[in-house]
Amino acid sequence: MPTGGKRKAGTGNGEPGTAGRRGSGNGKRAESPGSRFPVPGSPSGSDRASARLTRDQKLDLYYWMRLTRSLEERLVALYRQTKVVGGLFRSLGQEADAVGSAYALERRDILSPLIRNLGSMLVKGATPLEILRQYMAKGDSPTRGRELNIHFGDTDRGFIGQISPLGDMVPVMAGVTMTFKMRRQDRVGLVYVGDGATSTGAFHEGINFAAVQRLPLVVIVENNGYAYSTPIEKQTAARQFVDKAIGYGVDGLQADGNDVLAVYDVTKQAVDRARAGGGVTLIELMTYRRKGHAEHDNQSYVPPGEIDRWAAENDPIDRYLAVMRDELGASDEEIAALDARVAREVDAATDEAEKSAPPEALDALVGIYADPARERPLWFREGTDRAVDVNERAEGWGTWQASRSASA
Amino acid sequence: MAGLSVGECLMAEITYLEAVREALVEEMERDENVFCMGEDIGAYGGAFKVTDGLAARFGEARVIDTPISEIGIVGAAAGAGHMGMRPVVEMQFIDFIANAYDILTNYVATARYRAFLPCPMVVRGPSGGYVRGGPFHSQNPEAGFIHTPGLKVVYPATAEDAKGLMKAAIRDDDCVLFFEHKYLYRRIKGEMPAGDTIVPIGKARIAREGRDVSIITYAATVWKALEAAEQLQTEDNLSVEVVDLRTLAPLDDDAIFATVRKTNRVLVLHEDTRTGGIAGEITARINESCFEWLDAPVLRVTAHDIPLPYAPSLEDFVLPQTSDIVRAVRRLAAY
Repeated sequence: MPTGGKRKAGTGNGEPGTAGRRGSGNGKRAESPGSRFPVPGSPSGSDRASARLTRDQKLDLYYWMRLTRSLEERLVALYRQTKVVGGLFRSLGQEADAVGSAYALERRDILSPLIRNLGSMLVKGATPLEILRQYMAKGDSPTRGRELNIHFGDTDRGFIGQISPLGDMVPVMAGVTMTFKMRRQDRVGLVYVGDGATSTGAFHEGINFAAVQRLPLVVIVENNGYAYSTPIEKQTAARQFVDKAIGYGVDGLQADGNDVLAVYDVTKQAVDRARAGGGVTLIELMTYRRKGHAEHDNQSYVPPGEIDRWAAENDPIDRYLAVMRDELGASDEEIAALDARVAREVDAATDEAEKSAPPEALDALVGIYADPARERPLWFREGTDRAVDVNERAEGWGTWQASRSASA
Repeated sequence: MAGLSVGECLMAEITYLEAVREALVEEMERDENVFCMGEDIGAYGGAFKVTDGLAARFGEARVIDTPISEIGIVGAAAGAGHMGMRPVVEMQFIDFIANAYDILTNYVATARYRAFLPCPMVVRGPSGGYVRGGPFHSQNPEAGFIHTPGLKVVYPATAEDAKGLMKAAIRDDDCVLFFEHKYLYRRIKGEMPAGDTIVPIGKARIAREGRDVSIITYAATVWKALEAAEQLQTEDNLSVEVVDLRTLAPLDDDAIFATVRKTNRVLVLHEDTRTGGIAGEITARINESCFEWLDAPVLRVTAHDIPLPYAPSLEDFVLPQTSDIVRAVRRLAAY
C-alpha cells in the first residue's frame, strides 16, 4: 500500500533553499520512493487550499489522473499497431503533478505544458479525441497533421503548445503574462519545464526577465529524475532545483509531485500570489519518470529495481485512491463508476479518431504566413501542373511547353 | 557615398535613422498594441538613439528596457504577439540576433504553421559594415533567416523605405526581421511622403533605370551600385540598371526576372559573405527561369568569406567596393 497518501505537507517557513535534503546519497534524487518530502512553504491542515475543494472536485482530480493514464495506455496499443506514426511520450507516474497543478488555474489563465503534461491539457479542456487524432496524424487533428503528440494549443481554452527545444516556452510565457500585466487583466500564466530544461539559456533568460518585470507567472520544474537518459546529478551541481529561485530573486516552493493535493496546494499558493501582484514563483515538484524518454527508450541507464519500487510504493493514483477511501469515504462502486466513465470516453474517442482521414498533401502548402496564405508547389512535383503555370514558368522560358509537361 | 539626396527642399528631409523613429512613433500613436522592447532603449534611447524620446513620450510600460537576453526578449515578444500585441524588439546590434536563432527559427517561424498562433512582431537592429565595427558590430546575418520558412526579412536602403517598410512590418501579421544599415543611419536623408504611407513588403524598386547591365542588390551596396553606375555611364557609356530588392524574404521574383529580360546581363551584389549568401539563391532562380534570356553568366560581387576585420585597410579589402562593381560590370558588358 502506498504510505505517502496520508502524509501531510511539511510546515516550512516559505523561504527558498530551506527544504531538507531528501533521499540518500547526494540528496538530489530520492533513492527510495518511500522517502517523503518535507515541503517548506506549503500550508498544512485546514490552511491548505485543497481543504476548500468540494468532494466532487476532489473526485474530479481522480478522474483527470485516471483519464490521463488510460488514454496513454490506449495510445500504447495504437502505437504497437503502428497507428501512432511518430514517437509516444508517457507521463506514467507523473499524473498527479500535471493534474494537480493545472487544477489550480482559473479558466481564463494560460498554461504551457511539457511533453509529460497530458493531464494538464485535459484539465484545461483538451479532449481525448484531439489527443488521439494528433498522435495518429489525422487531417482533422488540432494541428491538421503538422505537429506530433501533445504539441498543440488553444489560447481560448488556455493552453499554448510547446515546441521541442526545451526552455523556450519560459520566455514565451513571460510575453503572455507581460500582456496580462500591460492590459491589467486578472490572469496568470503557468509554464512547465523539466529538470533538464533548467540548464538551458532560454529558461534562464525567460525566468530572469519575468522576475525583473514581476510578471504573474508560475514556473514549475518537474524533477522526475531524468532528462532522457541523463540523471540530475549530471544536470546540475545545485543541491536542489528550488534553490535556483534564490538566484532569480523569486519565491521558491517545493512539493511532493506524486501527492495530487500537495501539488494543488503549492500551485494554488503560487497562482494566488501571482494574481495578487506578487510576481514569479518557481516550484519544484518531486516526481519520478517510470517510462523512458519515449516509448522506444529501454531505460537501460536506470538502476535495477528503481522503477519497480516507485511503481509499488509511490504511484500517484494508488496514493490518491487511499485518500479517497480514507478521507472522502469513496466506495468501491463510486470509484468503479469513475473508471468506467473513463474507459467509455477513451473507447468512444478512439472509435471516432480512427474514422478520420489523413491530411490532404496539398494542405502542406497552406498557412506558413498570413500573407501570402499559401505557398506554391515546386514545378517538379507531379500532379501540380496548374501551379507550375503560375509559378516556375516565367515568361520567356522558351523551350518549356505545357503539353510536353503534362504528358511527361 | 554618391546618391545622397541633394534636393532643393531640404527642410522636409530626415535621416534614415529618423525615418525609422518616425515610423515607430506613428505606429505607436496609431495602435496601442504596438510597444518596444530592448536593451538600453528606454531612457537612454538605444545604442544608436533610434528610440530616443520614445520612453518620455509613451512611458516605460511601452518602451521597455530589458535584461541582456536576446532569447528572453524575442520569446517574450512571441508570447505577447500571440495575445494580440505588436511588439517591436531591438537587437542592440544585429550580430546578437544569433543568440535568438533557436527561438526565431524553431518557435517564431513555425508558430502559425504548426499551431495557428499569430506571431506578429518586428525584430529590428543596426546591421552592416563600412563602419570599422569589427567582427561583432558589422555583420549581415540575413541569409540564415531567409532560409527559414515563416520569417520575412526586409533591409531598406533609403530613408523613405526605412519608414514605409517599418510601418508595413509592424502591421504585418507575421514576424518581420528588419535590418537597418548603420552606415546609412545618418548619411542618407530622404523626404518623407505626406500621410500614412506604407511601402509594401515583397516589392523591389528600380533605383536607376538602365539598358545594358543589371545590378541586383540591397541595403548599403545600393549606393555603391549607383556610384558605379554613374562612373560606368561617364567612362564607358554603359547604361546600368540598379534594382534595390528592399525585401529579401519573400524575394520579388517578378522584378528580378524583369530586369534580366531587359538587360540580359546581371550582377548580383551584396555586402554579406559569399558562400551561402543570397546572391547564390538569386543566381539559381535566374538560371532556372531566365536561362535563355542571359547573354552572360550571372556574376556575384560580395564580401570575401572572412570574419569582418577592424582595421580600415582590412575591412575595405574584405567588403565590396565601388571599384569591384565597376570591374565586374565591365566584364559582363564585354562577355
